[in-house]
Amino acid sequence: MAFFLETLMGGLMAGMLYSLVALGFVLIFKASGVFNFAQGAMVLFAALAMARFAEWIPAWLGIDNMIVANVLAFMVAGVIMFVVAWCIERLVLSHLVNQEGTTLLMATLGITYFMEGLGQSLFGNDIYQINIGMPKDPILAFDSVFEGGVLINKEDLIAALIAALLVAALSIFFQKTSTGRALRAVADDHQAAQSIGIPLNRIWVIVWCVAGLVALVAGMIWGSKLGVQFTLTTVALRALPVIILGGLTSVPGAIIGGLIIGVGEKLSEVYIGPLVGGGIEIWFSYVLALVFLLFRPQGLFGEKIIDRV
Amino acid sequence: MKKQIGDVILDVSNISLRFGGVKALTDISFNVREHEIRAIIGPNGAGKSSMLNCINGVYTPSEGSITFRGQTFDHMDSHQVATMGIARTFQNLALFKGMSVLDNIMTGRNLRMKSNLLLQALRIGPAEREEMMHRERVEQIIDFLEIQAYRKTPVGQLPYGLQKRVDLGRALALEPQVLLLDEPMAGMNVEEKQDMCRFILDVNDEFGTTIVLIEHDMGVVMDISDRVVVLDYGKKIGDGTPDEVRNNPEVISAYLGTSH
Amino acid sequence: MFYRENGQFKTTYQADQQIFPIRQDRLAIGLILVLAFFVVPSLADDYFFRAILIPFTIMSLAALGVNILVGYCGQISLGSGAFMAVGAYGAYNFFVRFPDMPLVPALLLGGLCATFFGILFGLPSLRVRGLYLAVATLAAQFFSDWMFLRIKWLLNDSDSGSVSVSGLQVFGIPIESALSKYLFCLSVLVVMALLAKNLVRSAIGREWMAMRDMDVAAAVIGIRPMYAKLSAFAVSSFIIGVAGALWAFIYLGSWEPAAFSVEVSFRLLFMVIIGGLGSIMGAFFGAAFIVVTPIALNLFLPALFGLFGLQISTAGLSHAELMIFGGLIVWFLIVEPHGLAKLWSVAKQKLRIWPFPH
Repeated sequence: MAFFLETLMGGLMAGMLYSLVALGFVLIFKASGVFNFAQGAMVLFAALAMARFAEWIPAWLGIDNMIVANVLAFMVAGVIMFVVAWCIERLVLSHLVNQEGTTLLMATLGITYFMEGLGQSLFGNDIYQINIGMPKDPILAFDSVFEGGVLINKEDLIAALIAALLVAALSIFFQKTSTGRALRAVADDHQAAQSIGIPLNRIWVIVWCVAGLVALVAGMIWGSKLGVQFTLTTVALRALPVIILGGLTSVPGAIIGGLIIGVGEKLSEVYIGPLVGGGIEIWFSYVLALVFLLFRPQGLFGEKIIDRV
Repeated sequence: MKKQIGDVILDVSNISLRFGGVKALTDISFNVREHEIRAIIGPNGAGKSSMLNCINGVYTPSEGSITFRGQTFDHMDSHQVATMGIARTFQNLALFKGMSVLDNIMTGRNLRMKSNLLLQALRIGPAEREEMMHRERVEQIIDFLEIQAYRKTPVGQLPYGLQKRVDLGRALALEPQVLLLDEPMAGMNVEEKQDMCRFILDVNDEFGTTIVLIEHDMGVVMDISDRVVVLDYGKKIGDGTPDEVRNNPEVISAYLGTSH
Repeated sequence: MFYRENGQFKTTYQADQQIFPIRQDRLAIGLILVLAFFVVPSLADDYFFRAILIPFTIMSLAALGVNILVGYCGQISLGSGAFMAVGAYGAYNFFVRFPDMPLVPALLLGGLCATFFGILFGLPSLRVRGLYLAVATLAAQFFSDWMFLRIKWLLNDSDSGSVSVSGLQVFGIPIESALSKYLFCLSVLVVMALLAKNLVRSAIGREWMAMRDMDVAAAVIGIRPMYAKLSAFAVSSFIIGVAGALWAFIYLGSWEPAAFSVEVSFRLLFMVIIGGLGSIMGAFFGAAFIVVTPIALNLFLPALFGLFGLQISTAGLSHAELMIFGGLIVWFLIVEPHGLAKLWSVAKQKLRIWPFPH
């Protein structure tokens, strides 16, 4: 039983991380109708930036304090992500305003390749560590209830907390501020939003900046856990079933979808995997999402698509 | 020669349609006789298109049934409706924008094309002959609608009035017994309307096709229809010959409002 | 003044609906075929065959298949790599387990395996569309990745995880040299392109395009969405499966599942988008672009850096390739979203009225 709970916990934590990546997708899609395949590359780019600057800043400025170095690195990486967001909007999106979905999707794929190449030429292509002082030792919880206690990874716990804080901040941003309201308006109907004076370009830059920030946080957490390496881009592909499950346009959907997929993956890996030769996590989550889709095509919280003839 | 209006071919009984909390249609019943031209009129939002959508299988009614040639259904399946011989045009022109006029109308013949994939891939013998036979029929429709010059043009590039003709052509390609026309003359000028009226009357005359017509232009409705149904806010408020309906006080107040 | 249709009147519908109604086009196609089958082989060297021509022919075939599904029927698919894999491994199993199985039937049977796989993973298209469907097709991709890695039976119980074929021949003619490989692939390509073109201009092609343009209206005129979508998946995966078998047997010789990864799916989609959706010619243009660009970059970039007296490392080269590739794709999509085929038809229009400007 304890083992099951451990697996469950592990799944929930992993799910939280998926949610973070999925959040980036949902944000951009909500505000501009663009499915940003480059989100994974953005996570990698941000993580690379932070990892390298965390090394370079102490070397350049002679600062010894890890925390200061990390905070500075975070800020620099944040600024870089803003610049990236602005460039993407100016150079790519503004020229593709009325194009179909497939074209935009392909454009973001092109951006993915570009950013992978750029990131690696700027920051190098070794495996880097992000050390933000996350405690790596596990804690044993509930040892009064279960014998031996349940092993919970402290790092995962903190990561989940950070993710939860981020989601809360975003929710407040969307619901309570006027910019958030404008973003929701744009997501609903570009033309109507324009006609009441909402500046589309600026909104999109803001959205991509926010997504870039989310990518940075996700990259920081994943990087701290796994080390920053090329395979981070595949994280984006792992996050896609989350969006399908939760619905492309729903922030709570990204969270809940992430948790479901995380748990599903872990449980299948541990309990079903050994029966069929292992390694089934990647497609299991996709098949799970697929089956879900058959019963509820718009995902858990997505909007139903109604065709008027 | 006075045309012969036959028995009831289509019977709509107690149809109600709900979208969540909105009642689009409430307890509508009327019938359509063979070979007649039946108009459905009413102010905007009365539910006329929804009514056609129910007959066509695009919407499923919450209550009621539809009887066609003696067979009763509580909801229609689009494909089945087409095979039974009911065709339709759309208010918003659901044409296939990526294809030419010729191809659009040819899609209407798909129901009658029997050759399988392999023969089509090889394009020999029966497949080739079938394609040519249907091409001839479609060319007759193109001649009838006077759009020969545009047959290879992508439909998206044509002006609105011509697109409406292509929509009609595609419906005619099914060789239907009943033709549902959803505002075929919307957005047309006087000449285009006259042309469209002529086409509709010709179809009704030459092929005996029963026509169910949604239309806003009162002049057209009164002129060409045999009987009229009036809808308002999803309810039926009038049913009869054009003259009867014209003098119905409820109909008058629905369109013009009552004085307080 | 050379490309005029003046004086070319058609007197039968048959003549009007042929694939190349304009006489100049027929001449051009004849010339291209002669060039492809006779001239090029005599001029090309081994490297040219192996690096450009053979990949180009096989990838054009695959792009053709993808275009039918994505361009003509409007069902976006990110799982084409999986269909290639199923075709390749399917053909492998038939070739290796039945000792006297000739090559061409094995390839076709591989294509049929891909067809069943395609229909199975095409079922979601009956419920979902657009991006959701794209993600659903990724399920096919990842499942196939896993399937050919873990299920040993599919690899004929090979221990190493990779499989290979040898001793290929058709009617006694061995397919070993680059030239014979090229001609074989070219022949398969020409035959299947012709069949595909025929399908696309008959009733089924119109059904596919109707589903792409407006599926609700299509249902109302009697087209059955299920049949149209699944037939698109079936035909498309058959072609992609045969291409996959060709890729494995002829180009690679020995391969692992990683040869058909999600990268391949993206590559195929790029080919189709850049080449032009909904156009048979587009498949060729796109394949040419995607096959030639990396090679051109490999030749061009070191030379460019050399001009400035700089060296570019192999790692740097691959990074630069990624950047230029991505940048080119974005640039292309901005400049001509309908692809090279559109540019081509615009050029033909201009050619029609040349030397007049309009």
